[in-house]
Amino acid sequence: MSSAPSPTSGLRSLAANLGRAPRRILQSMVRTGVPRTDRTRSTFVFGNVFLHLHAVRTHRWSLRWSTTWGLGIAAAAAFLLTLVTGVLLMCYYKPYPDVAYQSIKDIHFVVPTGRFIRNIHRWAANIMVVAVLLHMARVFFTAAYRKPREFNWLIGLALLASTLGLSFTGYLLPWDQLAYWAITIGANIAQSPREVTDALGITEAFDPGGFQHQLLLGSDVVGDEALIRFYVLHVMALPLLLVVLLAVHFWRIRKDGGLARPADVDERLGPPPADTYPVFTEAPTRTYHLAAIVRGRTEAVGRGPENTVPSMPHLFYAEFGVLMATVLLCLALALVSDAPLKELANPTVPENPAKAPWYFLGLQELVSFSAFLGGIGIPAIVLLGLGLIPFLDREERGTGLWFGGPGGRGLVAQAVALGLAAPLAVEALAIRYGWLREWFPDLPQFVITLVNPGTVITALYAAFSLVLVRKYRSARAGAIGLFTCFLCGFVVLTIIGTYFRGPNWVFYWSPALWPQH
Amino acid sequence: MTPASTPGTSRLDPEPVTRRDFLGLAAVGAALSALAFATLGMFRLPKAAVLSSPSKKFRVNLPESLPPGQPYVPAGRSVAVFRDAEGVYAISLVCTHLGCIVKSQPDGFECPCHGSRFRPDGSVAKGPAPRPLPWRQVTSGSKGYVVDEDASVPVGTRAKA
Repeated sequence: MSSAPSPTSGLRSLAANLGRAPRRILQSMVRTGVPRTDRTRSTFVFGNVFLHLHAVRTHRWSLRWSTTWGLGIAAAAAFLLTLVTGVLLMCYYKPYPDVAYQSIKDIHFVVPTGRFIRNIHRWAANIMVVAVLLHMARVFFTAAYRKPREFNWLIGLALLASTLGLSFTGYLLPWDQLAYWAITIGANIAQSPREVTDALGITEAFDPGGFQHQLLLGSDVVGDEALIRFYVLHVMALPLLLVVLLAVHFWRIRKDGGLARPADVDERLGPPPADTYPVFTEAPTRTYHLAAIVRGRTEAVGRGPENTVPSMPHLFYAEFGVLMATVLLCLALALVSDAPLKELANPTVPENPAKAPWYFLGLQELVSFSAFLGGIGIPAIVLLGLGLIPFLDREERGTGLWFGGPGGRGLVAQAVALGLAAPLAVEALAIRYGWLREWFPDLPQFVITLVNPGTVITALYAAFSLVLVRKYRSARAGAIGLFTCFLCGFVVLTIIGTYFRGPNWVFYWSPALWPQH
Repeated sequence: MTPASTPGTSRLDPEPVTRRDFLGLAAVGAALSALAFATLGMFRLPKAAVLSSPSKKFRVNLPESLPPGQPYVPAGRSVAVFRDAEGVYAISLVCTHLGCIVKSQPDGFECPCHGSRFRPDGSVAKGPAPRPLPWRQVTSGSKGYVVDEDASVPVGTRAKA
């Protein structure tokens, strides 16, 4: 101590520190050591910026597969995949007409792994749409949108819209025939409020349709301006929006008290497994001042132990498992099925039939009856109805349970039956016998627009739902009816649009019967 | 005077709005409306003052042998030009439903996208199209005819041959 350290000992300790550096870097990064005790498991979660969106402990109900089927995590995992593959594709993609098409061809045929990466991007996008829809259905059917989760349901709807927006904008980028005509149709749907303003004769003064159309395309037609706009939306604006919404969505899950669970969850779950370390060894009888700023009941008072397990490892392993399964599924699909690329876009000859991606074909079926009502009117009604559900259904019965609420599975079965029968019957009528224009050629356009197969199906659904509200004296029953019906209608119309519509949007039983041209 | 010192009130109860709070509220309101107007202003950028689309006015030389009622579609244009005994006229080929290019048939026009059908004069015969195909302005010049895709004319308007 008293003598000055010799120069060699300085070098020796330098070498020793260098040797220990990798371990110390790891320690300084993770800080808390191996998560083996309850304490380190907790610090593992809240000491990590990415993990601390999760609670330290997770309720056992949330970890049952049948509570969520992991659908939200699957959607987020698919989004992560599109993000990674999308950035890779941006290395080669050039957003200018014709050049864009060539660059996609390069990615497909020349770039090492380019075709595979593009396939993954396309499949992950598809799986994201499916997962988001199923996730929404899960939240709906388990009545998990109820208080205090109403706002997160709204965020979820915004996420659904962003997901579909991302798919739609991505669809134009290859600049092939499929893309060009799908976007022409899409942009004209944006313009379709003109159907109404024209009928009222006010288009000159008030033209929201034309405004939207021009904002989207930056021109009268789908051209270079439109492509660069869609590109900016697809790679920057919408992903940013989606990430922000996603952060709020995740954060709200935790702030709203984790996943919804039934009131009698403890009885349903039974006693915790023997190896669960209890949080409280006896029921706490008082809380402290923190309770003054926390809304609602303080769950721990008078009860304990809570039915929770440490998030590390139980929740994280489950989430990681879902992530890996999603990645695996995308890779497998990308290996067996190529993303399509038709011939170069030709603005004078439409693709026939010109089909949007499959999840928009239900919409396209509606649009084939009326552009405005099918493309904007009915979707807006559906979105508004979905947004209002948690504010109309203020009941508590059945929260957190599949098909919870009055009626239960029987009601859902009825709704499925009507939800399938109504569009099938109306479509069959329209396909076999035509519609108003064929029957009464002199009918004013206003009536033909208003009374079309799409609005008739919607009206049938709405009437059925009101009957249910009356019969069960419950808004939840009506919501179940309406939601189930719309889900079934979406499926039926999507299947008809995908498999049974041929050239000129004529009904064919199979593509083998399409006329040669 | 703090609210907590008043008997019968909790310190968690909201305080009454003071003049300072009111001014603060007004400042926040002003700031928010300034932001809202700034956002609205930003929307002027994506709405172009001049559209990049090519000129919609073009000259067309009809082939001498064009029979009456037979369409002539100039390359790269979405308009069909016809000639009959009374003169020359042009009908837009852009479907009034969702903007696909309709195909000219012996009995009118047919849209490949959603099955709208139009009669030879452009009026709707079937399908979701809400309006008839508009007739475009044709003027006869010294060298052939000039068609203006931006100018619509009443049905039946023809340029004298």
